Amino acid sequence: MGAGMMAYLVRRLATLPLLLLGISAVSFGLLNLAPGDPAEMVLRQRNPGQLPSAVEVEALRRELGLDASLPAQYARWVSGTLAGDLGQSYGTEQPVAAQLARRTVPTALLTAGALALALLVAVPAGILSAQRRGSLLDIAARLVALVGAAVPSYALAYGLIILFAVKLSWLPAVGYGSPAQVVLPAVALSLAPMAQLMRLIRASMLETLGQDYIRTARAKGLSEQAVAVGHALRNALLPAVAATGVNLGYLLSGAVIVETIFSWPGLGQLMVEAALTRDYPVVQGFVAYIAMVVLLVNLVADLALRIADPRLRFGHQGM
Amino acid sequence: MASDAEHTRERAPVLAVGRSPRRRHQWTGLLREPGTALGLFLVASLLIVGLVAPWLPLDDPTDINLPDRLHPPSAEYLLGTDHLGRDTFSRIVHGARMTLVAAAATLALSMTIALAVGILSGYNGGWTDTALMGVVDLLLAFPSLILALAVAGALGPGLFNVLLAAGAVWWVGHARIIRGITLGARQTEYVIAARAVGAGNMRIIFRHIAPSILGPIIVIASLDVGWIILGIAGLNFLGLGAQPPTPEWGAMLNDARQHLQTAPRLLLLPGAAIFLAVLGFNLLGDGLRDLLDPRTRRPGN
Repeated sequence: MGAGMMAYLVRRLATLPLLLLGISAVSFGLLNLAPGDPAEMVLRQRNPGQLPSAVEVEALRRELGLDASLPAQYARWVSGTLAGDLGQSYGTEQPVAAQLARRTVPTALLTAGALALALLVAVPAGILSAQRRGSLLDIAARLVALVGAAVPSYALAYGLIILFAVKLSWLPAVGYGSPAQVVLPAVALSLAPMAQLMRLIRASMLETLGQDYIRTARAKGLSEQAVAVGHALRNALLPAVAATGVNLGYLLSGAVIVETIFSWPGLGQLMVEAALTRDYPVVQGFVAYIAMVVLLVNLVADLALRIADPRLRFGHQGM
Repeated sequence: MASDAEHTRERAPVLAVGRSPRRRHQWTGLLREPGTALGLFLVASLLIVGLVAPWLPLDDPTDINLPDRLHPPSAEYLLGTDHLGRDTFSRIVHGARMTLVAAAATLALSMTIALAVGILSGYNGGWTDTALMGVVDLLLAFPSLILALAVAGALGPGLFNVLLAAGAVWWVGHARIIRGITLGARQTEYVIAARAVGAGNMRIIFRHIAPSILGPIIVIASLDVGWIILGIAGLNFLGLGAQPPTPEWGAMLNDARQHLQTAPRLLLLPGAAIFLAVLGFNLLGDGLRDLLDPRTRRPGN
């Protein structure tokens, strides 16, 4: 790692808190644009069927700190967050930070499984599809990419449940714990990133295979597979690495829906429950948490890209 | 070095032809054409069905008829009935109308914001540009469906709120593209000439810059509709948007969840409808992009 790389890393790490502050401010503002009084909603949820009295609402508003001005509320939220305290859920009255921590492992397992599956299919399919352009395999791969981009994950999830759990009874439909239970949700989640990666790898592979250094490798007498895997793939994968952020977005957005369907006790399920019950502290904590994860993953992907592609390294910019 | 490169370049055509004959390129070119045609057909069908839905001789999509609940497909009920005895075919057809209205509203809202932010940023430059693009970069890093989910959750359940939420998060990427085009157009000679003869900012924006934005906007919009339909149906599926008994595809899927074992068609039919609509717009969008912007005639991006 050169000096230019180090300076880049430092600069990126320095802007990270600013970005997080910005996203949390935006989400805080959006949440507070909402009509209705959160305190009143909390009371309605705690005592269903009863109309809360004005005195009760006022007392809870004070308890939750909702009587303070908006900037004061935000300042309190930020200082709490810096101390690791994201507040309490309105619904369960549990600390938000602990809930997020508990839900992280299932979501990480599910998204990692889905990403592995997507890569396992997309990389070989993308390479072969580019090498044998116009072949049946290429057409099939492009069809999968086309369909994968258009199938709603929720419809696919139910299709998989109906086929493999209801009709064939091969796999459990819902639940969390055994390895068999991860299969269906991971497949449902993997299709969108798989389609996107396949398109990307195919396109960049086609471009790379036309480069001069590939011709040189071929002229050296290397086999077509040695050229593809040893020479072309490294460059062809760069756009896929660059698209990490996009794919992470697919995975996390998809996880929200897939987890709900498969009763997967992850972050997505927590977010949907919180959004449906307007549990603001959980939604706010979730958004800040996801923002941090996304920014960190993007940073790692950018660094990986810079290490893999010397043209991007800032230290070499002058050449 | 130079002679090496010359050497490789000379030999290259032979190798290239040996690898992928020209005929195959035409073949894939032909493959693309039917795709666009299929996309056009699907989109046209959706538009027609959605437009005429209220005047078709169909049962009321919200009409509850408990004696006929979970009726399998028959002559009377083409696609059967749901758990409340409502005609599934009628609900799917009316769902097309909901989908179109929702997608059009979201597109209009997000494009308005994107145009305003993009043109303001690209035309004014300076600190306006820095500030606006700072916000755009901020939001661009964040998964839009999750942000829409947060906004929709904050606003409370309802289709209108979901559209508001989707429109409020979808503009971000487009604003950046429009800014880039505006920035380029502002520096062209015809804009400089217009300014020299004393044209005002509004006149320059509407008469000289807007036309160069139009083409890319059409391409972006057509490629975008599929995503918007998927996203909105997803939010509706999660229960944040259209509420029962509204005939909306995502909400229908949500509604049918408990009948997974007894009537899987209630889940598969709306799912297929969403798939066909999204596929149609994606295919049409790809075709339009190739037509209007030949520079991007490359699969992938």
